[in-house]
Amino acid sequence: MSAAGPAAADPAWLRWTAVTLALLLAVVIFLLPLAAVFTEALRRGWEPALAAIQEEDARAAVRLTLLVAAISVPVNAMGGVAAAWAVTKFDFPGRRLLITLIELPFSVSPVISGLVYVLLFGAQGYLGPWLQEHDIEIIFAVPGLVLATVFVTFPFVARTLIPLMQEQGRDEEEAAATLGAGGWDIFRRVTLPNVKWALLSGVLLCNARAMGEFGAVSVVSGHIRGQTNTMPLHVEILYNEYMFVGAFAVASLLALLGLLTLLAKALLEILAGRRMGDAA
Amino acid sequence: MSAGASLTPGAPSLALRRRRHALPGLGVSLGLTLAWLGLIVLIPLAALAIKPWELGPSGLLEVLSEPRVLASLRLSFGAALLAALVSVPLGLLLAWTVTRYRFPGRRLLDALVDLPFALPTAVAGLALTALFAPNGWLGAPLAAAFGWQVAFKPAGVVVALVFVALPFVVRSVEPVLRDLPLDAEEAAATLGATRLQTIRRVVLPALLPATITGFGLGFARAVGEYGSVIFIAGNMPMVSEIAPLLIVVKLEQFNYAAAAGIGLAMLLLSFAILLALNLWQRRLRRGRA
Repeated sequence: MSAAGPAAADPAWLRWTAVTLALLLAVVIFLLPLAAVFTEALRRGWEPALAAIQEEDARAAVRLTLLVAAISVPVNAMGGVAAAWAVTKFDFPGRRLLITLIELPFSVSPVISGLVYVLLFGAQGYLGPWLQEHDIEIIFAVPGLVLATVFVTFPFVARTLIPLMQEQGRDEEEAAATLGAGGWDIFRRVTLPNVKWALLSGVLLCNARAMGEFGAVSVVSGHIRGQTNTMPLHVEILYNEYMFVGAFAVASLLALLGLLTLLAKALLEILAGRRMGDAA
Repeated sequence: MSAGASLTPGAPSLALRRRRHALPGLGVSLGLTLAWLGLIVLIPLAALAIKPWELGPSGLLEVLSEPRVLASLRLSFGAALLAALVSVPLGLLLAWTVTRYRFPGRRLLDALVDLPFALPTAVAGLALTALFAPNGWLGAPLAAAFGWQVAFKPAGVVVALVFVALPFVVRSVEPVLRDLPLDAEEAAATLGATRLQTIRRVVLPALLPATITGFGLGFARAVGEYGSVIFIAGNMPMVSEIAPLLIVVKLEQFNYAAAAGIGLAMLLLSFAILLALNLWQRRLRRGRA
């Protein structure tokens, strides 16, 4: 056990101080904000909170959030799998550059992620006049929300897959190819089973971010109630109208989504760990 | 363009592939990747790089030297650097405790560190505002004890950014700490070093490259952060207005070029900082090898 190393010999005062400080920090930074959301939502009891979630605009926001995630997550899952396969199973010039470019959206402000699509498709954007002529709506409509969300969640799946597939190498795939398996079969029967937990965990994080994204969608949304308002945007509108119980009630739903994501991720890690343990 | 190339791989590349290894699918996967990357990321970012120049170099300079723009850039970069800096000791403490000690609640603590990754930013913003508002659970005691006001002040921006940046430091340091060979620590102890000396002289230097990585990731995320900041910041022009918010303001005035100009400046500045961190890290690695 690694904990039985020198750290186990740490003076008791050091161990106790570190653990106490760490727990205190976690309570202040992570638990209190979470508790504040639920407390504020239930300030006047369950009824107003539940009413705020079931109200028509809130339901439209939930539907829109689900729709946007249902499109963007599969797009990035497919792109991420293709990228991970290309980058880890082959050598070609520019591989490292490609990895850097895939991770680029992580270092771009969400507001800029929305801005770039306004520059392209907005009324005064490069393609704006052409889109108007053909009556195609992208900005202030669902396609804009989807594009901004895809941009922001772009690297999640690729990023979880690439290090794992790099580590696993190519031997198994090459063996399958020597035995005459085709590319799709190799992927489905050899690669996929090896990376399925990591893939799921990447999809999970991608989905949490897609449903919770605020800055990028706020720029392209136009905030039309019932039409282009996702859940996080609905929270902001309610808050700015001083409807605090409603704002925190919808925020609680989003917080639950975050907690569920964490729980599922922890479970996946246990499953993946157990599988590796079995193999060893 | 890339998709077409992938569907009809040329004969030379096919021969090359067969010679080096037998794996199929380079064309399809690379083609998909390039199409995905190009359409979603590269072409839109190219628009960001081109648009500001519609103002001409002098017009762009004029926008960027507006006092309100300068103040917002100073706040965004200053607060993000400060938040990443604060996250370093806090993150090291969390990573150390979670990897080196066994205590009840360890797994929960480990899982909680990811909360800022999973919690939507608007929710985090709302929560921190409620917490640090003058009548909030933390805001009230802080005001009573020290007369500090956090919410609706620049300090609120830093608090929100620490929340955002902290997990990056923990998650960068943790794997290195777990894989650190214990021999060096044992050797130091055998040679008579106290435990604290060992930690300071042996463990911390070994963690420095990973800490820089975490600092850089946390900073990059914090500098562009929007959702968790705008609720707690108060958004007073010249005082507590962050640069991303100013981009939104310019967009609402339909001043696309100015918005793009501020965005481009932000991106270039943060890439310069990340590059500097990267070079520092490389020098550290070379020094040790």
